[in-house]
Parts: sequence; structure tokens; C-alpha cells
Amino acid sequence: MSEPFVSANGEAFDWSAVPQLPFERFADGLLGALGAGQRAAAFFGVATGAGTELVAVLASERDGLLRWSRTLVAGSSFPALTPHAPELHLFEREIAEQHGLRPEGHPWSKPVRFVATTQRHRSPAEPASRPAPPEVGVTDFFRVEGHEVHEVAVGPVHAGVIEPGHFRFQCHGEEVLHLEISLGYQHRGVERALAAGPDKRGPHYAETLAGDTTVGHATAYCQVLEALGGVRVPARAQALRGVALELERIANHVGDLGALAGDVAYLPTASFCGRLRGEFLNLTAELCGSRFGRGLVRPGGVRFDVPAPLGRSVLSRLDTALGEVNDAVGLLMDAPSVQARFEETGRVSAATASSIGLVGPAARASGLPRDARHDFPHGVYRFHQLPVTVWHTGDVFARAHVRRKEVERSGTFVRRQLEGLPGGALESAPAAPRPGQACAVLVEGWRGELCHVALTDLRGRFSTYKVVDPSFHNWLGLALALRGQPISDFPLCNKSFNLSYCGFDL
Amino acid sequence: MLKLLGTRLRQGHRTTRYPAEPPALPPRFRGRPVIDPTRCEGGCQSCAEACPTDAIALDGTAPRVDLGRCLFCTDCERACPGGAVVFARDHRLAARTRADLVVPGSDPLAPSCAALDAKLRALFGRSLKLRQVSAGGCNGCEADVNVLGTIAFDLGRFGIQMVASPRHADGLLVTGPVSDHMKLALEKTWAAVPAPKLVIAVGACAISGGPYAGHPETHDGCDTIVPVDLYIPGCPPHPFTILDGLLCLLGRIESGARR
Repeated sequence: MSEPFVSANGEAFDWSAVPQLPFERFADGLLGALGAGQRAAAFFGVATGAGTELVAVLASERDGLLRWSRTLVAGSSFPALTPHAPELHLFEREIAEQHGLRPEGHPWSKPVRFVATTQRHRSPAEPASRPAPPEVGVTDFFRVEGHEVHEVAVGPVHAGVIEPGHFRFQCHGEEVLHLEISLGYQHRGVERALAAGPDKRGPHYAETLAGDTTVGHATAYCQVLEALGGVRVPARAQALRGVALELERIANHVGDLGALAGDVAYLPTASFCGRLRGEFLNLTAELCGSRFGRGLVRPGGVRFDVPAPLGRSVLSRLDTALGEVNDAVGLLMDAPSVQARFEETGRVSAATASSIGLVGPAARASGLPRDARHDFPHGVYRFHQLPVTVWHTGDVFARAHVRRKEVERSGTFVRRQLEGLPGGALESAPAAPRPGQACAVLVEGWRGELCHVALTDLRGRFSTYKVVDPSFHNWLGLALALRGQPISDFPLCNKSFNLSYCGFDL
Repeated sequence: MLKLLGTRLRQGHRTTRYPAEPPALPPRFRGRPVIDPTRCEGGCQSCAEACPTDAIALDGTAPRVDLGRCLFCTDCERACPGGAVVFARDHRLAARTRADLVVPGSDPLAPSCAALDAKLRALFGRSLKLRQVSAGGCNGCEADVNVLGTIAFDLGRFGIQMVASPRHADGLLVTGPVSDHMKLALEKTWAAVPAPKLVIAVGACAISGGPYAGHPETHDGCDTIVPVDLYIPGCPPHPFTILDGLLCLLGRIESGARR
């Protein structure tokens, strides 16, 4: 059996170097690798003249490398791999939706994002007899039948200021037997539009893939372009990207801790953290004028410098705010009433987390030491390592605890960077991507692993651009965490994952 | 309990003194663009070519910026060889009509954001309840609307509140370009709000589609679907920009000039 092609994170190479395997060998290799501890970072289709190519990018924490393989599906279906590897379930559904291929034997073959009404019946190749695609949210929800079993439907419009999605609970009394999450409401064609690039909207698409992960997705997008164009990013720019990425993590984690406090009615911490999250966003605004880091990260480097006086003032404000976070979160985690609500709630075991491919704080809270900053270091993380924060209980407490520790550690990291910023330029001249190349980039955003994959055509334009937001891996984790829980704990469990709708819906 | 009280004391009173005092904005804040026609080297299209959303166009001799499309990325400012476009620090950007979002306006001294008429002000001026609908938003605008509810801004002190049901609302606050998949939900939510009702479009997406303008998966903003009473530009707008728009609409502060 031929070995898969191996690349490093953020390394561009000739796409022709990845051998096209017959489906059986592709499937055996893929399932064998997943069984041996590798993970699917991306699994997607590429339309070619001869049919649809399936491409798998596997990540291995053991050696920090990415493994690529591909196969051609000439017909309209392929044997589903999901029955053997549940973590592929959503990838195969996505391939079905985007390429019209049927994964035969998929236990759960349903739409992922649904097709916009404005985009239906566009393909002249489609036979007129084919039934129209379903309306968003219209799907055969899994149903539990029986005496006193009832169903609760929530969304797409929710009660708070949050994004839309539909949740369907199967309950017996208060107990949730099953939760199905149906998304797609935020689908705005961003991945399709990215694939038509690179162009001047590209950085803006990246920054709004998931607006709360502006720095993370923009960094991934820029690293893809830089690798494809052979551009070396100055050390100072890489350090500043790291600072912004960690500030983004701190702000969101602090906001989440406050929201968790709110969901168990522990109001002091809810109030304090609501305000403190803004302090960290304001620090990002000190760097670049935008609280979300818009306009900071661009292909070639960063657009804003941090002169020494600004660095000192940011650090001093950071220290104050982190001290206040420590106070506020300490209150929360020490309160017996909070512990009683956090512990044993919404548990996801390490075995489950591993089998469905969880990433980010949710995976680390289930005892899986996965962190792209540590396992696949890129940019500044090659030189300044961060410890991986792991907790073993897999419950709401664990997901809160991991966030709390990550806030501290990211704070230390930001301090280290700002105290010793390397000199030199902020930006290198961008270069056009080389033709016929491929590249995958993993960045550890605050929710987990952001994976961007690009292939270029013979003119150096993208022929494929694939985005895998951590939410794509993790929504099923939330659904499983709810099993056996009282339905009233849904907000708390939901907040402990705090997943992105727009990052999933693309 | 003592620890809690001690922490409460240390955290202190943290609500901004705005509008009694001007808002604290970072030095690098990118607000209302200022156009200097004398610096425009007529005919050069650098700014328009650089703009990712066609927000800036040469109108005869000088550029005009449509704040409803602008992402405040400053790509035009960087592209302009003469320095004719500069993003200044004025955070006051809201307007009542789509035409009033164009900078420079035809009447630079006119207020950029007129208050509601006396009848609506009598209804909503001291109590405005809004239902938020995210229709394809990226969670940037949503996050900076949400932050108005924290103790830092304390929206409640102005009598403005986000409510959970459209039946309890006086209007909608819409974010996102209106994805096709959210069109029906937006229409139904709007229909469920009792009249008289307002619609507030927050962010470039909700006004014009933002970076998603022209995508078949979206509807280029919400004013093709619901009638908009207030436009608040930005990507995303700063919380103070949103607050300024809301307070101008209710006539609780005086609007800035259009310039």
C-alpha cells in the first residue's frame, strides 16, 4: 500500500505529488489511520472533469504532520465511511450536498446547510425529474416514540441576541433523550466566494467567516496565501499576530465564563465578566482601531505596529484586567452553588470526544490533549510554546476550568511577546500564489482548530478553498452532552460549548 | 459572602458616563471618513479599485463614500496617492435614510440622523423594546449589540431593552445581509411585532449586504424585505456608534452634522 503524502502545517507543495488511489485503498488507508489515532482535519470533494475527487487531510498529534490522500469517484455515489468512523459523518453529508454524491450506507444522510432558494435549479445538468431540495430546517428529524415522550422545537430565532439555528429535543418529562441540531440559516456563500479568489474581498470574507474569530480566520487565510506565494512573514508581524490571537482567546473565554455564570444565575461574575470581556476587546482596538481586530492581519504581515509606549500601556491595562478576571472567576468557581450546577452536567467522555473528533477547549475538557498551537506550531508558536490545558471530567465544570486556565496562560504569552517584540518590518511584499499547488493551514482559534485548505489552478487562482471551523466538529458534541440531561440545562450546556453558527453555515 | 462583597467593592462602578461625557475611543479608531476634494487627483480610480465593496466612487471630481457599504478597512485611504480620503475618529455615523449615508452629503450642515416625529417619540422615547434578528450576521454586530446590555453601557438606563418575543417588542434590530434561509423568519418576526413598529439595520451587511453584497445566497441587506427607520453603519459598528444612533432616533441627544 502506498504511503499518503506528508506535509507540515502551512507548507505548500505540488498537488500532483498526492497520488490518486483507487477507492478501496483510499478508504482502507483513511480508516486505518483514523483507527490509529489520526484525526480528520478536512475531508472534501473537488470537482474535476472526470468526476469528483475526494480529498482527506489527516492530522496527527503524534508527529505534528498532515497526511493527504485522494480518490476519484466517477459515479454518483460512494460507500459511506461514517459507519466505521463517526467523525466523518458531517464531512460526508457536506460532500453529498456540495457535489451531489450519495454516500451509500450513511446512517444520517441529511442536508448540512440546505440550498438557497435563489440557487436552486441552476445546474442545467440536473434532470427536471429530480425533486426540489428541501426548505431550510425541513428534514426528517429523528423521533423518539412512546408514552409521554414529547418533542420541543426551538429556533431559528432565539430569545437572546444570538445567531439563528434550530434545535429539536426528544424528551421524556424533563429528561432529554435526544437532541438534533439543524443549521444552515446563516449560509451566505462565503466558502464558494473564497474559492473564486484570491481577490480584494478575500481578507474580509476571512474576517467575517466567524466574526468573533476575526484574527484566527484572517491568520489562517493569510498563511494559506503566504505559503502558496512563497512569502516569508517578518518575525515582528508573526509576534503581533500571536498577541492578537491570544487577546481574542482571552476576550471570548472571559465572555463565556461570564455567560456561564449568568446561566446558573450567579450574577456578580456575570456582570463583572460582561464588562471585562470588553476590556480585552478594547485592547485589540488599541492595536488596530477595531475591537475585533478587523484590518490587522493581511497577507504578508500585519498593518499596525506596536511601538514600545503602546506595548507598555497595553500590558499595564492587561494586568489590571486579568487581575479583575481572576477575582471575578475565582468567586464563580469557589461558590458551592455553582459547583453543584457545573459538575457532572453535560458530560462528554474522552472516548466519545475522540470518536466524533472534538477539537478545542471542548476536547481538552474531555481529557484530549489537542491544541494546534502545541501540536502543529506555526508562526510565533514555533518559538514560544504554550502548555496544553487539559482537564478530565468532560462536564461543564471542565469546559469552564479549561477556559479559566487558558486565559491565564494566554495572558502570560501576550506579556512575553509584548516585552520582547522582535524588530524589523511589519509586512513582506505579497506574491501571487503559484499554480498547481496545495496547502493546508491549522490555527488554534479560541473555539479550537481552524483548518483552511486551498488548491490552485494552472493560473494560480484558487480551484478549491475549504474552511473547517471548529464548530463543524463540535456541534455533535453538544447534542451528545445533552443526552440524559434535564432540558432546563440546555442553555448552560450550550454556553459551555459556545459554538459558531456562521462559522458552520459558511 | 465577605469575599463577594470585597470583590464587588474592588470592581467598582463601571458604567460609562456617556452621553454626559464624550465616549472613550481608541486613538486608532476608524470612524467617519473625511473627503478633501482639493487633494483628489481627478480621474485616478485608485480608491474605487481598492474598495472591496464598491463603497467609494468618483463622483465628477471628488470621491464619495457610501457608509452603508463601507467596511472601514481604509484600503481606499492607503490606495489614494493624494490623501483625499482620511478616516477620522468621529463615531457618529447613523442616518435615517439610505441617501444620508453618503459622505460628503449634499448639505453638510444638515443633521445626519433626525429624531422620530413627536407622536412616535411620545410612544417610544422613554421605553423602547427591541427584538434582535441575526439574519446571516457574523456575530460581530451581534456581539457589539449584546455588549450594550452589560454594565459598561447599561442600555436599560435609557429605557431601551432587548426582549425575547416580537410580541413584546416595538421594533426589530436586524444584523446580517439577510441570508436567503433567514428571509422567512425575518418576515414572520416583523409581522409578529405590533404596529407602530421600527426597524433598525445595524452594520454594513444589514444595510447593503456588506462583504456579501451580490451573493445569490443573501438579499443584500434588510431594506428590501422590511422598511428601515435607522441605519447604523460599520463592520461592526462600535457600541458607541450604535448607542448614538439609538439615542438620536429617540431624540435624547442631538444628532451630529452630516459633513
